[in-house]
Formats: sequence, C-alpha cells, structure tokens
Amino acid sequence: MKARTALIWVAIILLTVLPLWFAVVPPAEPGSEPPAAFGGADTRAQEAIGTIAPSYKPWFAPLFEPPSGEIASLLFALQAALGAGVIGFWLGMSVARERDRKAAQPATGRDAHAD
Amino acid sequence: MHIMEGFLPPAHSLGWAAVSIPFLAWGLRSMARGLQEHPERRMLLGVASAFAFLLSALKLPSVTGSCSHPTGVGLGALLFGPAAMVPVGFVVLLFQALLLAHGGLTTLGANVFSMAIVGPFVSYGVFRAVAALGLPRAAAVFMAACVGDLATYLTTSAQLAWAFPDPVGGIGVSFAKFAGIFALTQLPIAISEGLLTVLVVNAMVRFNAHELRLLPVMALAKRKAA
Repeated sequence: MKARTALIWVAIILLTVLPLWFAVVPPAEPGSEPPAAFGGADTRAQEAIGTIAPSYKPWFAPLFEPPSGEIASLLFALQAALGAGVIGFWLGMSVARERDRKAAQPATGRDAHAD
Repeated sequence: MHIMEGFLPPAHSLGWAAVSIPFLAWGLRSMARGLQEHPERRMLLGVASAFAFLLSALKLPSVTGSCSHPTGVGLGALLFGPAAMVPVGFVVLLFQALLLAHGGLTTLGANVFSMAIVGPFVSYGVFRAVAALGLPRAAAVFMAACVGDLATYLTTSAQLAWAFPDPVGGIGVSFAKFAGIFALTQLPIAISEGLLTVLVVNAMVRFNAHELRLLPVMALAKRKAA
C-alpha cells in the first residue's frame, strides 16, 4: 500500500512537471499574436472568441480586479491555503486519533488493518 | 473552465443562471438534511469542500502549453452525492468571481452549471457504473474524478460554442475549437485529479472507516472491492 501511494505521488508530480518541457504550443491564429507560453486556457478561449466573433464586446466588467499579478497570486495562494489548512487539520487529527486508539487497546489492531 | 465576465450574451447568462438556481436550492437542502441526520459527517464534508477549494486554485501547466486547474468536486460528489457539491462549487466560483476577476457574476450560472453540476453528477454516475462492473474501489474513484473533470471542461466548450458559433462551420467547428483549448489541456490535469482523489479516499477509508460505513456509495464500492 505504501509503495502504491508513493507511486501515485510520483505519477502526479511527473504529470505536472513534464509538460513544462514537452508542451506543444499551438501555432498563432492568422492575424493575431501567438498565444503566450503557459498562459491560462481561459484566456486562450477568450482570444478564440475574439477570432470567431470579432465584433463581440463583453457587456459587463468585473466589479473588482486584483490590482496586479502579484495580488492575484496572493489571493489564489490564500484560496489554496484555506483548503490545504483544513485538509492538514483533518489528517493531523486522524493520525493522532488512530495512534490514541492503538495505544488504548494494543491487542485489537482491527482499525489499523482497515486499509 | 471559467467563462470570463461579460463573455456570454445576456440571454445565455440568464438562461444558465435559471438552470443552475434549482440545483443550488436542491444542493443546499440535501446538504442541510445530510448534516442534520449525520452530524459526524461534518468533518468529511469540510475536507471535501477544502479539496475543491485547494484544487481549483492550482493552475497547472499542461501539454498544450497553457495552464488550467482541476475542479476537486468529484471527491465530495462520490461521498455525499452530487447535489451536495453544487453549493460548494458555487462558493468557490463566487469567491473567484468577486475577488480574483476569474470567471464572473454574469457567467456564474454557466460556470456553476459546468463545474458544480455537470462535474459532480458525471463523477457520481461514473462511480456507480464502474463500481457496478465489480472493479476495485480505487478504479471507480479514479475514473469518477477524472471523467467528471473532463466533463466540466467539455461543458464549458459546448457553452461557448453555443454562444459563439463559427460564422462558417457553425456550432460544431466552434466546439472543436474550444474543446481543443480546454479538453486537450485538461487531459493530464484530469488524470492528476483522479490520482489525488484516490489518495484522499484511501486516507479517508483508513482514518474515517466509521463515518464512511454509513455512506451508501462507499459501502457499495467496498463490497465490490472485497
């Protein structure tokens, strides 16, 4: 089980890191700039709308925009940190709970083998 | 999968909002009822929500040379049922629309439909189908999260194709274009999401066997896995 978990982690990291070297950036649409390397897919879709319907004008603007890329990444990091914090709390609590349970009844290892 | 603010014509914005609101109401009711009947699930529901918060903030590089993010709603869908994930996805998308100018209020209905409705419901359906085939739980969880993630991005592509049909080729050509941007980018990311979901479910099975035993879907998959 442990070995399989480690393998899954390796696969996730490779899937995330390998595209940095092996990505194939699509060629530029005629009459427009080539897409920025590793820009957002959302932005690329927005550019595609521009080529399909050049006359379309967005009719509503965001109420608040992060004043810079740094502020935007701060807010994204905050969102991720909130999620990671809760998951960390749960994992820590679960490990401690399992340890306490094992210490309380060393003879019955039933829960330890639940996995 | 975020359709940017103002990038859907008003009629589409309203239409998608009208479709999404009943699901949101259903989700809130199902979540409230679930917690009332099983207060011990509060922690795991929190973890599933946190998973969606975390994953949807991570923009990962992909093979198409652009970045996109997983959705993280598959986990909660297969634990608590797809409806419970609608409010969670809604909160994530609202946060990003208001504070990050990512997505938008006028496109919230459409984005909720793809990420918080189609994603969880497809995940749940795939999970039930794969579990019914008698495959191990890990396979069912992986397929559910992975296919649900892809379904979200295909839905976004369809929504944009419908709003912006190609002047020559129509909706089909347009869909191919948007799917080329979204779905292709999403392939490795969806696989990552599937694998991560398997890891979290494994941890839950190990640490929260008691809470999970009461969840019908997990009981089903467990029996099949044994």
